[in-house]
Amino acid sequence: MNWPRFFRRNNADADQRRELESYLEHATDELIGRGIKPEAARAAATRKLGNAMQLCEEVYRMNTISLIEETARNVRFSLRTLRKNPAFTAAAIFTMAIGIGANTAVFSVVDGVLLKPLAYREPARLVSISHVAPGLAGVTAETGLHLSASMYFTYSEQNRSFEEMGIWTPSQVSVNGARDPEQVLAIAVSPGALEALGVKPELGRWFSGDDQKPSAAPTILLTHGYWQQRFGGDASVIGRKLMVDSLPRQVIGIMPKSFRMADVPAAIITPLQLDRTRTTLAGFYLNSVGRLKPGVSIEQAQADIARLIPIWMRSWGSIPGSGAGDARAIQVYESWRISPHLQPLRDTIVGNVGDVLWVVMGTLGAVMLIVCANVANLLLVHVEGRRRELAVRAALGAGRGRLVRELLAESAVLVSAGAALGLGLAMAGIGLLQWIAPANLPRLNEIAVDGRAALFTSAITAISALLLGLIPAWRYGGRLSLREGGRTASAGPEQQRARNALVVVQVSLALVLLIGSGLMIRTFQKMRNVDPGFTEARQLQTVRLAIPQALVQDNERVARMEQDIRGRLAAIPGVAEAGFADAVPMDGGHLNWDGIFAEGQPVPPGAYPPARVFRWIAPGFFQSMGTRLLAGRDYTWGDLYGSTKRVILSENLARDFWGSAAAAIGKRVRVTPYSPWFEVIGVAEDVRITGVHEKAPETVYWRTYGPLPWFENFRNVVREPVFVIRSPRAGTQALAEDLRKAIWSANGNLAIADILTMEQIAGRSMARTSFTLVMLAIAGAMALLLGVIGIYGVVAYTVAQRRKEVGIRLALGADPAAVKGMFLRQGLILSAFGCGVGIVGAMALSRLMASLLFGVKPLDPVTYAVMPAVLLAAAAVACYLPARRAAAVDPVETLRAE
Amino acid sequence: MPRRESPLHSEMLQGTLDMLVLRTLVLGPAHGYTIAQSIEQGSEEVLQIEHGSLYPALHRLENRGWIASFWGTSENNRKAKYYRLTPQGRKQLAAQTSRWQEVVRAIGRILNPAPKTK
Repeated sequence: MNWPRFFRRNNADADQRRELESYLEHATDELIGRGIKPEAARAAATRKLGNAMQLCEEVYRMNTISLIEETARNVRFSLRTLRKNPAFTAAAIFTMAIGIGANTAVFSVVDGVLLKPLAYREPARLVSISHVAPGLAGVTAETGLHLSASMYFTYSEQNRSFEEMGIWTPSQVSVNGARDPEQVLAIAVSPGALEALGVKPELGRWFSGDDQKPSAAPTILLTHGYWQQRFGGDASVIGRKLMVDSLPRQVIGIMPKSFRMADVPAAIITPLQLDRTRTTLAGFYLNSVGRLKPGVSIEQAQADIARLIPIWMRSWGSIPGSGAGDARAIQVYESWRISPHLQPLRDTIVGNVGDVLWVVMGTLGAVMLIVCANVANLLLVHVEGRRRELAVRAALGAGRGRLVRELLAESAVLVSAGAALGLGLAMAGIGLLQWIAPANLPRLNEIAVDGRAALFTSAITAISALLLGLIPAWRYGGRLSLREGGRTASAGPEQQRARNALVVVQVSLALVLLIGSGLMIRTFQKMRNVDPGFTEARQLQTVRLAIPQALVQDNERVARMEQDIRGRLAAIPGVAEAGFADAVPMDGGHLNWDGIFAEGQPVPPGAYPPARVFRWIAPGFFQSMGTRLLAGRDYTWGDLYGSTKRVILSENLARDFWGSAAAAIGKRVRVTPYSPWFEVIGVAEDVRITGVHEKAPETVYWRTYGPLPWFENFRNVVREPVFVIRSPRAGTQALAEDLRKAIWSANGNLAIADILTMEQIAGRSMARTSFTLVMLAIAGAMALLLGVIGIYGVVAYTVAQRRKEVGIRLALGADPAAVKGMFLRQGLILSAFGCGVGIVGAMALSRLMASLLFGVKPLDPVTYAVMPAVLLAAAAVACYLPARRAAAVDPVETLRAE
Repeated sequence: MPRRESPLHSEMLQGTLDMLVLRTLVLGPAHGYTIAQSIEQGSEEVLQIEHGSLYPALHRLENRGWIASFWGTSENNRKAKYYRLTPQGRKQLAAQTSRWQEVVRAIGRILNPAPKTK
């Protein structure tokens, strides 16, 4: 290849012709010299030279970059062919676009959530620290035993594995100011947390050591989003004061836009301001993040922390200021058998969404295969139509390679057009996803149709184009002769076999997806039918308040205020009931739990009772939620302000201790062997606090105001109550306005947040299931449609091919019904075969979905019976339409056309 | 359509044709017809060239810079494209010739092994 010649190749070509002419002249001259007649001499010379045209072409090709040239020519040719078949072209491109678009979109999600490294410096070194405690039933590896503040001090000061480590905890805070008070999500961080992540503020500074001192003047950082939203991105906000939880706090910096603490969409960041002198052993609620030193593995760090756990136990006390070493506490913690559980920060953030995404990705991969099979079938038909043309060209000397390259170019053009359209669809889809913002999809802000997604698209495009082009090329490229390409030939049995095989593949994949979505539908049904322990979620309106200490100092005054607000809410027109508690079921929030001892049921020495969920409720909360009391009674307001120690338990806990709900009444429980006894006055039905799909945890219901179960002399109050209002107006804007007015009529400085219906809250806890369901249902529907189109195509094509034969048969007196049956049978046999393969495939694959199912076995007989039936019914319709057309062929007309 | 192939068109002998062309041009510039004639006559008509195949070979050699071309007037007063050897081509010829002779000697040794001496 020679670039200058490439551009002058037409001159060179003329030159070559002159040279060959010169050759002929010389050869002719010589032959004439030998005494041959001029015409004969010329002819002999030409013979000797060979095919001059071919020679010129050969030399011409030496001067071209043949691949580029030929490809360009093939593409131009394909475009012409495709333009002549708009229906085929549109169908193929659109089908490809859907397949590629769906795959690109899901790849972008999988990539953004699972594959891309976290958006921090050297994210591979970031880990989160938690613990497992096999001796403490109720704490699973998934929930884990988090860090207490004392653990943080011990670990951060004595570890040998971390460059930086810190703790953080999210909480709701109220922000007051020029606008209505609002509750926003805040994150309190210890020294080391932001440093471990390595993200500096875009404006201002980090918290200094002084800011973290308990006595320091309060400071905060704002996240970029909240800064934009509340202050319009005004840089002069730095140094100003903001009222947070009724305390003036100075804004010292703005975090950059990309910053997220793990995956929490916080508005502001506060210093944790731990007070070392008041730190105790307990309080295992703090999240952590650490940056490993270079070269230190997770296992090494894990061993390092394991070394520190006994040191921690002996370094701190149980009561603030009590000094180190509480023998009884050490005994309890030793019985828990705590060991550290470190995992890459990414795994902590992504959680169990990975399962769903891989299932969805696999599903759409299957859809892509169906799409390819479908387009391959279209292409086969299309090439079938061009057989005559191809045969003629082959006869005229077009090489096999050339025809194959041409067919490849055609599929490449189709697939690329489909990919371009698909990329557009994917971007629209991702835009939609971010607009919907599913609550439990982590790293949503990192999902984008970016260069990596484009690369992925190119890869699947190239593979599809190659597959699609090679199938017809392989079928036709080598075996074209004029005879075969003639008018009378119909598709040979081999071509028909290829198309049949493609249909079987389509049908079987479609069935796999249908069974997958069928299983999800059944899961969803089962979840809907679960009794969650409350009634008519649609009519339950919830709203969260915060009463910070700076606003109301005295605990009893807080309790009275809450009772007063409850009364105001209950008085709103259309409100049937109102109650409040520290949290509502299924809100996904942090659970309080601890062990509990029943009177007369000693726990063996060295063991510790299982952890139970602790909740704090006010009188009337159960009534509002529709949670039934199975025995005994609810709290009264008298209980709340009195000091008699009373408690309500969940049914499963009562059964656990005494065998039945009724037997529990009058019995006594306590939280440690050294705490006061509490008398059981009521037993409530089980509530699925942790989500519809998880069994109801054994729960202890303390009252929102009253003596703390651990320390008799300490009266505690819930300062962030969630009010639950039962009303037919739940979810309306008008009711939300009435709620705000009623609350602010009690105190205008109260911050309000989370105005949600119980239905929305429960829906969020089912979001994983509904997301999977929607994705699988879309994929299943697409697969069904494509599969049915595939069957229709094959039968319709056979009918068209055999039109003449059918005409003759009918003319000879064949029964039209029999003709119809013949084609119907062909389609149904294919579908049945596909179903058989599909059922086997589904049985193998549905096991992978087991973790996503609820109340349904992976081999659910109902799904396995219904879905093949649905598919076969659809297939029957798809076969019937062309079969009927076959039976309606007019024999006279067909024969006349002959 | 099966393509008819001339003996010198096959891969193995392609390099050989190049070498013969270069060898012919050592004697001085020549045009295509003369080159073909002198190869045939020089080989005492053993090597029959389909003359057409010569032109792609000439073109290839020119592309590699081993020969250069110019238009001139031939002995019988016709326009003809002449080729001459470039210094690079001359080196190439030397290399190819010695390589060829090595191969010939090697094949010769196999076909007529010398009697082995103890």
